[in-house]
Amino acid sequence: MHVPDGFLDAPTSLATGVIAAGGVALALRGARRELDDRTAPMAGLVATFVFAGQMMNFPVGAGTSGHLLGGAMAAVLAGPWTAVLCVSTVLVVQALFMADGGITALGTNITLMALVGVGVGWLVFVLVRSLLPKRLGAVAPAAAVGALVSVPVAALAFTSLFAIGGTAPVAIDTVLTAMVSWHAVIGIGEAVITGLVVAAVVAVRPDLVYGARPALRARRLELRQPVSSGGTP
Amino acid sequence: MTNRRFFAAFLIVSLVIAGVASYYASSHPDGLEFVAEKTGFLDSADDSPAADSPLADYSTTGVADPRLSGGVAGVLGCLLVLGLAGGTFWVVRRRGERTDQDTAGDEDVLEHAGSEG
Repeated sequence: MHVPDGFLDAPTSLATGVIAAGGVALALRGARRELDDRTAPMAGLVATFVFAGQMMNFPVGAGTSGHLLGGAMAAVLAGPWTAVLCVSTVLVVQALFMADGGITALGTNITLMALVGVGVGWLVFVLVRSLLPKRLGAVAPAAAVGALVSVPVAALAFTSLFAIGGTAPVAIDTVLTAMVSWHAVIGIGEAVITGLVVAAVVAVRPDLVYGARPALRARRLELRQPVSSGGTP
Repeated sequence: MTNRRFFAAFLIVSLVIAGVASYYASSHPDGLEFVAEKTGFLDSADDSPAADSPLADYSTTGVADPRLSGGVAGVLGCLLVLGLAGGTFWVVRRRGERTDQDTAGDEDVLEHAGSEG
């Protein structure tokens, strides 16, 4: 979903640049609370994985492909503020070195994929997690639902920006229908990848999964009783 | 699984995806590009000022073999992201072992961290 230069006019690009800068500044403050000696390396590796994952375009039919956005995955693994920084870093490297996504469009891409993608992915994850039992097994499915919703919402956000500042005279309802329907399909791929990756990390190192902390705390409380009453052998 | 082992495995998986598996990724236009083409606004795209970068379009300048060219670009991209993001997170992180708010006794460490950031 990398927006190239030229799709949006200068005022819109400037506005999304300001929004992106503000979002990243807030995330730098917020991430301090999510990162420590153990989770900081994890978060760097999550960003690296998102970069790699975005290279794996998967076919979604009719000559179209989709790729991971990674916002929901990064948020669940590393925490939402850190995830904004993860995805933003990936987008900066892609724009500056890979010519993937424009330079004047960098603010737009950070707004769409880092702010909207992470924000929606995390909020939906938290909502779904609160509806499921407080178990480790619920973390990956909740992450998958967050991922599923995040992609079409990011597409919707692009369409809104295009309606405000699109440079080409194209009927906006056509763009809206095509963007949201295709990205709803791509969202299924996003959900599958996110669910599998989160499940794999939860299986081996649940303590490194930010979104698993409530379930992990609940599990520790359950374990405490038999240990104290059973005594040591 | 120890931290070191887990982190090494996570990095290797990323490098293998970017460096090897990405060759087999779909080369069809992605959702946005496809929609832009179908609805008629793809032509409004400008070339990126970074189009002459040695890693532009995920291929490495001077490497003829497409598999190797893409693989090198993918691996270098991973390392750039790791360095940039990892460095940022290491600077931003809370000093000390625990993530909980009640890290008693290291107020001076936190103050130090604040003055650095």
